[in-house]
Amino acid sequence: MRRSILLAGAIALLPVLALAGDPGRDAILSDYAAQARRLDPAFTGLSAQRGETLFRTKWNGGDPRTPSCTACHTADPRQPGQNAKTGRPIDPVAVSVNPRRFTDKAEVEKQFGRDCKSVLGRDCTPAEKGDYISFMAGQ
Amino acid sequence: MRPGLLCAALLLLASPALADDERVRPVTDPVVRKECGACHMAFQPAFLPARSWDRLMAGLSDHFGEEASLPADKTEIIRAYLTANAGDKGGQGEARKFMRWVAPQGMPLRITENPAFLRKHRFPDAVWKDPKVVTRSNCPACHGRADQGLYE
Repeated sequence: MRRSILLAGAIALLPVLALAGDPGRDAILSDYAAQARRLDPAFTGLSAQRGETLFRTKWNGGDPRTPSCTACHTADPRQPGQNAKTGRPIDPVAVSVNPRRFTDKAEVEKQFGRDCKSVLGRDCTPAEKGDYISFMAGQ
Repeated sequence: MRPGLLCAALLLLASPALADDERVRPVTDPVVRKECGACHMAFQPAFLPARSWDRLMAGLSDHFGEEASLPADKTEIIRAYLTANAGDKGGQGEARKFMRWVAPQGMPLRITENPAFLRKHRFPDAVWKDPKVVTRSNCPACHGRADQGLYE
């Protein structure tokens, strides 16, 4: 009896745990939000919607082979992608498909450093990085 | 014929079998596998001489036009592994043929410009334009076990 109550409780908690996110990713998001606030006192918070716009926008300043994030990651971040320069397969970016995405701060910074230069032709701002992760966390 | 099929057909023609001594020693170091493999297959160090790997690892901020810099500790782990296992340090298998074309003081950076590569890759444009291939350095597109040092 007690065991089945515990089991029922555990099952009831599952969706909550799935939604709670990852402590590493949450810390990365808070850090980007804090940096954005320091740069702009009017900053009100990260936005998944702005992140999606960033993901889909065709930029002009970067490498012509990667005009947008979708050049490698495809229009559907839940799908596997392919590096447009090397042909190497890329795991999906969407957190629902690939829960380890955006959980290691050093890896995240390294990848944004490379990809923002390649796609936008400049560094991304902390707000842009946080928006992008917010979008992918909901995908 | 679809380019993908063409690619496969050419491979069958080119190498009906792969001798044991043609295997190139695969990359085993986890840092090299992870960091080099983040953007492309981690190429076996036996395809270039040690001085080439030194030159390449000293220029990661402009790595064939890419910003590929790494923290100094990782750069050094990778440089040490690549130079210790370079083609002029007892390189073996298929890569031996590549070393014969490297001038005594030569420091090539592109494995795909070595005549040993070129003479085995004289394919029609359709093969190189296959969306799976993208670029000549994408060995695994046609050589399924390239990452294990098997270029069948």
